[in-house]
Amino acid sequence: MLYREVGDFKTSYKADGQTFPIAFDRYRYYAVLLIAFALVPFLLNDYWVKAIVLPFLIYSIAAIGLNILTGYCGQVSLGSGGFMAVGAYSCYKFMTGMDIWLPFGENGESIQYALPPLNIFFSVILGGFTTALVGILFGLPSLRIKGFYLAVATLAAQFFLVWLFNKWSWTYNYSASGQITAPERLLFGQAITGPSTEPWATYLFCLVFVVVLALVARNLTRGHLGRSWMAIRDMDIAAEIIGVNPMKAKLTAFAISSFYIGIAGALLFAVYLGAVEVGEVYGIQKSFLVLFMIIIGGLGSIFGSFAGAAFMVLLPVLLKNVLVGQLGWATDIAAHLEFAIVGALIIVFLIAEPHGLAQLWRVIKEKLRLWPFPH
Amino acid sequence: MTDVSTIDIPTPYQPYTTEDGRKIGDVVMEMKNITLRFGGVTAIKDISFDIREGEVRAIIGPNGAGKSSMLNVISGFYHPQEGEIWYRGEKRPPMKPYEIARQGIARTFQNIALFKGMTTLDNIMTGRLTHMKSGILAQAFWKGRAEREEIEQREKAERIIDFLEIQAIRKAPVGSLPYGLQKRVELGRALVAEPSLLLLDEPMAGMNVEEKEDMSRFILDVNDEFGTTIALIEHDMGVVMDISDRVVVMDYGAKIGDGTPDEVRNNQQVIDAYLGVSHD
Repeated sequence: MLYREVGDFKTSYKADGQTFPIAFDRYRYYAVLLIAFALVPFLLNDYWVKAIVLPFLIYSIAAIGLNILTGYCGQVSLGSGGFMAVGAYSCYKFMTGMDIWLPFGENGESIQYALPPLNIFFSVILGGFTTALVGILFGLPSLRIKGFYLAVATLAAQFFLVWLFNKWSWTYNYSASGQITAPERLLFGQAITGPSTEPWATYLFCLVFVVVLALVARNLTRGHLGRSWMAIRDMDIAAEIIGVNPMKAKLTAFAISSFYIGIAGALLFAVYLGAVEVGEVYGIQKSFLVLFMIIIGGLGSIFGSFAGAAFMVLLPVLLKNVLVGQLGWATDIAAHLEFAIVGALIIVFLIAEPHGLAQLWRVIKEKLRLWPFPH
Repeated sequence: MTDVSTIDIPTPYQPYTTEDGRKIGDVVMEMKNITLRFGGVTAIKDISFDIREGEVRAIIGPNGAGKSSMLNVISGFYHPQEGEIWYRGEKRPPMKPYEIARQGIARTFQNIALFKGMTTLDNIMTGRLTHMKSGILAQAFWKGRAEREEIEQREKAERIIDFLEIQAIRKAPVGSLPYGLQKRVELGRALVAEPSLLLLDEPMAGMNVEEKEDMSRFILDVNDEFGTTIALIEHDMGVVMDISDRVVVMDYGAKIGDGTPDEVRNNQQVIDAYLGVSHD
């Protein structure tokens, strides 16, 4: 009787259509929010923030983004790493003061003009918007090709974008190392980026993004835009016949998904890592990491995105603590074993539970409705 | 050999009222000399017929006669090489299927084409997409128009759910429903768009007698209550002859008969096509 909907009647369509129709779910959600905002910031230390909490929050955003595209709209993408790089590099340009060329010179020559460095908050958001534009561009092939072929096209985006940020020195402000390094930026007088940040400040900064973006994702996927995505995913011919414009549905999915992934990339660079080299951080392995998150977490589920991100972030930490810390194994053996375990888990999930952790959670909830009486 | 033109009801003919009191109006859709080819195969050969407002129009014919191709031409999947389609008094230019949906033409499929990952309610709500206009921002924050619109459209969807008697499966994923119910949900999805022309591709295929009776009742009710014009393909002759006002008969891509069920039943060419005839 931990979980019940008996007696929880709805008398309006508004009440029936809300995000958490069951009262117990709703209160649990408020409780989680309260704890996350009011309690967790006081408990955090540097290790927890760096090793677990920040990566979990940031990858949750990326996983929600990819889930919108792959889980809700059915368009497979292997370009997440590249799109995260776009978010990171454009955020970097906005926060350091982007120099642009305007074609208004005396004799028709362009003049260089530097935008003032923007606030870190707006830099991250603008990074998201830039990525959305790039996402639309690389989403265009989806209008003609599907499935594996589309996956290959997005793979091309991945490699092209990494190559671009290696070669185009303007994007990393002509630094000798080719790296981008986040300078110290303040929000409300508190350092968010740079070497001297407080754990709670970076945590709250990311948490605000996560909460708002998750809510927006939930709203988008339950509205008519989300239905048109799912219609395209489930049966594109029937979707078109009832009035879904496939171009609009697919490109909005690419745009919004890339917006999320771009913001995740920007946060990963600016708040979490501080300095990145594109091939190392935003390579193909990052695309697969985010894809694994949504496969393990559950395609087409916002909760699944969180579950998958938590799983993929926690598993290596857990394995390292157990194998290296407790059993005293060599670090490299533990690292290799991690690959093997993740690979095996992907196969297990694809066979045993294609809908991922989110489906397991649903099954548990169904069981809990009747617990402890089986009938 | 009977001349086709002698079987046809003379056109144009006046609006009239049927025996059961339904009003049959003007021509809504007219196909003029449609020819559709796939490479060397001619699926439809120079076919002309019209669909009048408020009527139940059946397209029948043996397997491979080109009936489904005809429906696909109407709903915009196929673009005929020759011929014209007139809809509501205007010649229709080549259009994408989703644009045709916005003109008020809805359809169901021969093999159920529901969105399997979604619930019954969501499937039916998807049918209201063409009526939903709120922007991305309004939807993202679920304020203003997005929220209002969702509730308005939910009311429309619920009316169809009541009409088709599928309240009990409202929140069930459609993939797990039995076949007959899936067909009904698919009809609901087409119906909720409030189409002026509803195309049904074998709505009773694979159903048992009770399910067929239910479906026939729904089709007649739709026609009667909402005044929807219906064009349907069906193989069950009993059903077709019972529920339709006029019937087009196709064979090998050509039209071999057109008229009221009685006229078609007595047409020698139609009898030959269905029963076979010795070619000597």
